[in-house]
Amino acid sequence: MTAAKATYRGALREALREALLADPRVFLMGEDVGRYGGSYAVSMGLLEEFGPERIRDTPLSESAFVGAGIGAALGGMRPIVEIMTVNFSLLALDQIVNTAAALRHMSGGQFHVPLVIRMATGAGRQLAAQHSHSLEAWYAHVPGLRVLAPATLQDARYMLPQALRREDPVLIFEHAQLYNMEGELTAEAAEIDIRSAAVRRPGRDLSLITYGGSLPKTLRAAEMLASEGIEAEVLDLRVLRPLDDRALAESVRRTRRAVVVDEGWRSGSLAAELMARIVELAFYELDAPPVRVCTQELPIPYPKHLEDAALPQAETIAAAARAIAKRHV
Amino acid sequence: MTDPSLEALLSRSHALELLHGMLRIRRFEEKCAELYGQLKIRGFLHLYIGEEAIAVAAMAALEKSDAVVSTYRDHGHALARGISMNAVMAEMYGKRTGCSGGRGGSMHLFDAASRFYGGNAIVGGGLPLAVGLGLADKMQGRSNVTACFFGDGAVAEGEFHESMNLAALWRLPVLFLCENNYYAMGTALERAQSETDISAKARSYRIPAEAVDGMDVTAVEQAVRQAVAAVRAGAGPHFLELRTYRFRAHSMFDADLYRDKDEVEAWKKKGPIETLVPSLQQAGLVDDEEIDRLERAVAEEIAAAVAFAEQAEWEPVEQLLRDVCAPEPQ
Repeated sequence: MTAAKATYRGALREALREALLADPRVFLMGEDVGRYGGSYAVSMGLLEEFGPERIRDTPLSESAFVGAGIGAALGGMRPIVEIMTVNFSLLALDQIVNTAAALRHMSGGQFHVPLVIRMATGAGRQLAAQHSHSLEAWYAHVPGLRVLAPATLQDARYMLPQALRREDPVLIFEHAQLYNMEGELTAEAAEIDIRSAAVRRPGRDLSLITYGGSLPKTLRAAEMLASEGIEAEVLDLRVLRPLDDRALAESVRRTRRAVVVDEGWRSGSLAAELMARIVELAFYELDAPPVRVCTQELPIPYPKHLEDAALPQAETIAAAARAIAKRHV
Repeated sequence: MTDPSLEALLSRSHALELLHGMLRIRRFEEKCAELYGQLKIRGFLHLYIGEEAIAVAAMAALEKSDAVVSTYRDHGHALARGISMNAVMAEMYGKRTGCSGGRGGSMHLFDAASRFYGGNAIVGGGLPLAVGLGLADKMQGRSNVTACFFGDGAVAEGEFHESMNLAALWRLPVLFLCENNYYAMGTALERAQSETDISAKARSYRIPAEAVDGMDVTAVEQAVRQAVAAVRAGAGPHFLELRTYRFRAHSMFDADLYRDKDEVEAWKKKGPIETLVPSLQQAGLVDDEEIDRLERAVAEEIAAAVAFAEQAEWEPVEQLLRDVCAPEPQ
């Protein structure tokens, strides 16, 4: 086990560097990934190291450069496309859903699209209604895609090489609140897969099930609960499609109670899918109805206090947990 | 070519090849329309009849290593590219022996062996794909050309403009082939475009572009050959607007109420087969017997393709979920 000081942003950058060094077919393409250094500074310095052919600035043409990534993947490259935020990815939704996800099937398995698309998601920086949404659930709806949500330094560092090994399109959602997260990079590459959920904190009394930018909040909620005598297990989904049903079922069977935490809106959400699966997989083992904490149903507002009130927070997560928690008497 | 008799022989054989290629598409699609009426082919069926010169001439000018991106009106492109008629017909039926394993149908013909990247039924959706294929070729130092077909309808899409810009900005080896049949489904070009000169739009992105009579198979071939040579030589993307007309309705569901019958009839007289045959006859390059021979060969090929499609078993429902994702690595 090695341990080194790192940030989430730095871990992502190191993963990109490693991929670019390892495989000449890999290149990074997107808006301002080169000379600007990436809108979240993830690719800072890579242009100088790898040159403009492989760190490729694009015009503001989400549909064209995502589609070009698909075409380049078909043509034998291993493109990594960065879309600034999930909000802008809607301009490329057609290419992602109608082409990247469908090509293998439409062609009867003759063609496949080994493309990685990275994008920032989520709220919390007062960027208002067109830069703050969490729309990853829409992509998690689509067969043919794999959807990842790295929430730890280890996943930020080691999910990318796994994604690049896949034959089919992989979407990686980086929560904008995580980029500055600091810590120690402890895991080895071999320990990281892109198919399973991970228990981030053991606990016997209930399961807090979450992913991405909500993980740190959920862990804080678990600490608050622990101080009150409630031991919460925290399950980090990591992979939003395909969902790890086994880990979900095992966690809920252990604790018999579940709180789903999802920064998406409640209606038609990933949380809704998780609630359904919990019921399908473990109905008779539940001791309380599963509950969920989601973002309030409005476009994200600009003022700090209203944005905070709209989003899941450690306090609201803990409150939801208390309401269904087993009481030790 | 110094020997005029050899030149005549070659040009005759080439002219017959072109005619044969167009007849294959025309008769194949006439059969498809018939099979549609018999409920053998379902879903959408967009016929290419009237536009055959473009597919046949363009494919004649491309190399096997080049890539082709097509649209939902793709039967002609697929047949001219060399995908077997059996595999195309089986795909129309939805059989596993079809060129897309039966999963695509009429609008989604694919073939890895001939680098035929589909059958894209999102108007304009193929353009970014072609840009990416060109990018891959350029980055890997290959001298391939990607030929990208689309219609006049696609020109109104944002993806068209994004793709023109990107291809030109990066000087990618893509040949854009706009089949302008003057109607985006039921909407006439002048009802949809503020500037109806399509090649002018491409030129505004600094892409060399010209408009060509898409009914003249020789003119199309000449223009495509020149453009392909320039693209292959590294001159960046090129653009041809091929002016044509579809003689049939947009799809089998279309009552074709938005076009004058006179207009359709006038275009039919200008059709690519309708004009090539008399010109070859006048030049003494082909006689009725030769045309009969071609027609018989085509009829036999079609009959065999129908039999091939008919006799294939339906794919077992147990295989429903195949080809969605690669198997999970162990």
